[in-house]
Amino acid sequence: MQDTAPVQSPDRLPHYVSNAPFNPGRPAPMSAALEEYYTASSFTMMWWRFRRHRIAVVSGVVLLVAYIAILFVEVIAPYAIDRRDTNHIYAPPQGIHLFHNGSLVGPFVYPLIYRLDMETLKREYTSDRTKPQPIRLLCLGDHYNFWGLIPGSFHLLCPPNDGTMFLFGTDRLGRDMASRLAYGARISLTIGLIGITVSFILGITIGGIAGFFGGWVDNVIQRVIEILKSLPELPLWLALSAALPANWSPILVYFGITIILGLLEWPGLARAVRSKLLSLRQEDYAVASRLMGAKPPHIIGRHLLPNFMSHLIASATLAIPAMILGETALSFLGLGLRAPVTSWGVLLSEAQNIEAIALYPWLLIPMIPVIITTLAFNFFGDGLRDAADPYH
Amino acid sequence: MVQYLIKRVITMVMTLVVISALVFIIIKLPPGDYLTTYIEELKAQGENVDQSRIDFLRKRYGLDLPGWQQYLNWATGLLRGDLGWSFEYDQPVSQVVGETLFLTIILKLATVFFIYAVAFPIGVYSATHQYSWADHGLTFLGFLGIAVPNFLFALVILYAANVWFGTSIGGLMDPSYIDKPWTWGKFGSLLEHLWAPVLVIGITGTAGMIRRLRANLLDELQKQYVTTARAKGMPERRLLLRYPMRVALNPFIADVGSLLPQLVSGAVIVSVVMSLPTSGPLLLSALQSQDTYLAGSFLMFLATLTVVGMFISDVALAILDPRIRLE
Repeated sequence: MQDTAPVQSPDRLPHYVSNAPFNPGRPAPMSAALEEYYTASSFTMMWWRFRRHRIAVVSGVVLLVAYIAILFVEVIAPYAIDRRDTNHIYAPPQGIHLFHNGSLVGPFVYPLIYRLDMETLKREYTSDRTKPQPIRLLCLGDHYNFWGLIPGSFHLLCPPNDGTMFLFGTDRLGRDMASRLAYGARISLTIGLIGITVSFILGITIGGIAGFFGGWVDNVIQRVIEILKSLPELPLWLALSAALPANWSPILVYFGITIILGLLEWPGLARAVRSKLLSLRQEDYAVASRLMGAKPPHIIGRHLLPNFMSHLIASATLAIPAMILGETALSFLGLGLRAPVTSWGVLLSEAQNIEAIALYPWLLIPMIPVIITTLAFNFFGDGLRDAADPYH
Repeated sequence: MVQYLIKRVITMVMTLVVISALVFIIIKLPPGDYLTTYIEELKAQGENVDQSRIDFLRKRYGLDLPGWQQYLNWATGLLRGDLGWSFEYDQPVSQVVGETLFLTIILKLATVFFIYAVAFPIGVYSATHQYSWADHGLTFLGFLGIAVPNFLFALVILYAANVWFGTSIGGLMDPSYIDKPWTWGKFGSLLEHLWAPVLVIGITGTAGMIRRLRANLLDELQKQYVTTARAKGMPERRLLLRYPMRVALNPFIADVGSLLPQLVSGAVIVSVVMSLPTSGPLLLSALQSQDTYLAGSFLMFLATLTVVGMFISDVALAILDPRIRLE
């Protein structure tokens, strides 16, 4: 074995010594990105965390678009809500085409030809493939009252002149399913929001009282929650909505149903508030506030609530789909909203028997928006929940 | 343990008492009673209403008594096993509901077994193969299961069975067996028809259960004792079954509590859609016609089923998990 001394390579760097004054108290320099990270507010951090959950972002966009759209239902729907076409009862969906005989015509539909099968008395529709009827865009069509106030007739899409455009078919009265679906969205999407507001207020108040005071108050509230939780939801909804007077106007029934949905949803939220409060009220800042003589509402509202608001919003978001489904189920059974109010559940109640589904499967189309919104709320809420606690 | 049992039984009884009062109040909420609706109906049909007959009926059904007394009569009757009198059918409630109670229980038990049998292997697979394609797919299916309302699922299944197999799968048994005494043939027919409603009612619960089991198992798998056991060279399968699984199983049993009310809700609406001879349609019509005792006894039966199920799950949990027993 030969012991070889390290050979100095000619391109080795000379020993470097910095001449700058050395100050051990000076913080280590940070890169701009790192500095941004450390100084970010909790809201910014939540946003960063949320952004990573791709499906949740997409769902958020879907929901945002849907809620903006229900502001302008009258303009988006191609037909007015009360428009009936008695010549086209149970018409199948008409597809939108772009090419006719290989040449580009722009969006158009083929007209439907109606024939009654005299043997089975079945309505039969065939589309006339020779005459493309172009759809009108940004046009004047059926008259409506925007939000029931401003009269107008401007639509994004209109049926062709002296033609029809039933994108999702028509129902038993010859009403356009696509337009009814759009109007139904206004009811179905808002019912969850109002319901959650009711249960949010109840949940925060009752859960706050239970969690902050503890002791026997907490015990009583806990028992009540347990009882409410052990009752099956749907029969209770049924019983309560059967209790709504039959002579109420549709608007009153709408509010009645939202309140019923909200009334039975609060225990879950109240539980979340309570358990969070129980752990938070031991924190130093809460104790300090109490020692300085702050009253319970001040401590809860000012110090504790902001601390877990994000959690609450996340769990509330996750509770909205349950309400949308609840309304759908109730209306489906005929105990929720009733015609002339149009909601997705009301639309689906027409698809209740197997004959209707087998003959007119497009009556099931309202299922699709129901599933999309509930899925979107679930994913969105999931993302919010993950983002709610950005420090972990 | 004995102390825990006693405490638990007392709370269960108290819960049932409160529930019975709640149920009665809710049913009595709509203005009027069965007779006022009945009179309205007769009048609408242009028939004469004999006031003395109405008074007789009112007295006979006990509708002239104050509310609290009606409640006491009904509640003490329940204790004696007397479910009350159905106005609409003019028969004792027990006779009206008869077989449907039994079928409801069978349906519920089958659904719970279905949920366990499906959710358990899928949940464990999902957790041990986190972020694999199968896991992503199963998670998505789980979300879908939560998002699709089960009555719509029932409609789709009915439609599919009609289109693809050309059969009607509504009902719980072949029409020829209805109202016949129980034989093996009837039982077999019941089993043949049972899968569709069980699948439909169980799907939401299954989806939720898979998600919870997966989350719990993932939490456990990250703990240090798992790493230690692995470092010691314990075979993976034995390790999984021996330790994390036992802890992750808790929600499986504890969830029966929240599962049962969900199942009842699902069953009510699905049985309307699929025309099953269980609780749904009967309860619905009873609620609509204000048939107080029929609706009340039925709701009470469903609630009791739930509360007793929760009790059993709590006791099972206490037996399995010493931490809960000692609390």
